[in-house]
Amino acid sequence: MPERALRLNGPSLEIVERCDGQHTVEQIVRELQKIYSQAAPQKVEQDILGYLALLEERRALDFEL
Amino acid sequence: MGSPFLLTMTSTIPNPLALIAELTHRCPLHCVYCSNPLELQSRAGELPTEIWCRVFKDAAETGVLQIDFTGGEPLARPDIVDLVRAARSAGLYVNLITSGLPLDETRLAALVEAGLDHMQLSFQGAREETANEISGAKSHTQKLRVLDWLRHRRLAVTLNFVIHRRNIDQLEEMLALAESSSATRIEFANVQYYGWAFANRENLLPTREQLDHSVEFLKREQQRLQGKIRIEFVVPDYYAMYPKPCMGGWGRKLMLITPTGDVLPCHAAQVIPGLSFENVKDHGLRDIWEQSAAFQRFRGEDWMQQPCKTCDRREQDFGGCRCQALLLAGNAAATDPVCSLAPLRSKVDALLAAINTPTSVQNLTQPSWLYRSNPA
Repeated sequence: MPERALRLNGPSLEIVERCDGQHTVEQIVRELQKIYSQAAPQKVEQDILGYLALLEERRALDFEL
Repeated sequence: MGSPFLLTMTSTIPNPLALIAELTHRCPLHCVYCSNPLELQSRAGELPTEIWCRVFKDAAETGVLQIDFTGGEPLARPDIVDLVRAARSAGLYVNLITSGLPLDETRLAALVEAGLDHMQLSFQGAREETANEISGAKSHTQKLRVLDWLRHRRLAVTLNFVIHRRNIDQLEEMLALAESSSATRIEFANVQYYGWAFANRENLLPTREQLDHSVEFLKREQQRLQGKIRIEFVVPDYYAMYPKPCMGGWGRKLMLITPTGDVLPCHAAQVIPGLSFENVKDHGLRDIWEQSAAFQRFRGEDWMQQPCKTCDRREQDFGGCRCQALLLAGNAAATDPVCSLAPLRSKVDALLAAINTPTSVQNLTQPSWLYRSNPA
């Protein structure tokens, strides 16, 4: 991001690594649900959607249809 | 091998995050607030391609994440595409800060192909006449053309408008221009008063009424455009309560390299007497970042005077800007006089009073500008 940097660790890094123009949101959610199989799948999904929305609001990413 | 003591000392300095590369001081524009120093460096002294490429690798190894190619006009370098490619392959996020002037569609395509991540395109106004007056060149139409080309490119875009008394009433038109483009970020940056801008400041400082109006307008628009366009607003610090954290703190986040390879803690550091600067031809960036006397001079808090020394805000604004302290207080180690707590704040207030008298507010005749010149 121009004049900004994200400090990423754990799940945030795993989400951003997959924002590559290839993964769909659904694929990102599935892959992270596998990695964090101890957590409730719904909670993982909610957290990912919330984080992606935050990045969009900061204009760090765009969604493509 | 350094001594273990030195290693312990230096490891406490966080890495620089960004490198500002002033590739050249040559520029097709002559903006009256140019941030380059009054003494411009000549084309003959500019670093060659291979030294810059070595510097990019060195920067990445020093922990730098982003590089800002600027100038002058960075596109005035014939090797700009190679420089972008080299910086990108070194692993840096590459930002090009440009007027868009020596650019056509083919060159833009080559820049994107070379890995350019982001372009910051400058505008001098929303209207051709005022924009051309401020830049001292016929430049506005070309910028609109560049905006059009950018729509079809996969490139993040910021529009940058430098704001001052003569264009602060055009914010609505500027925003409309941004909304019609592919930009996801817009900067309304009030002029900062150093160098060329300092010489022209009586004609550039907005009135308080203009400023209040613009702040109110942009707050409203930030809300409306949330999630679509991010609006950044830089206030003129002469009107602020507290100084800006200049460069994010001296020697804390940023390094700047001049066209001839001198490494500075900020754009204007060369005006500060008694500082000398290392050159990338002789030293690595890690050494300069950690050892250079110029970078140590105002790093941390030891150099601070009162009221900064015991101020609660000293870790927020780091005492403000050293160059502004020199320009306004005559001492680079003084508290930045724009701070409401500074002993010399009255100097700034006197200037603002003069700007805000009814006669000067009404004085809209064409000022006599000092235009930025070009280097040899």
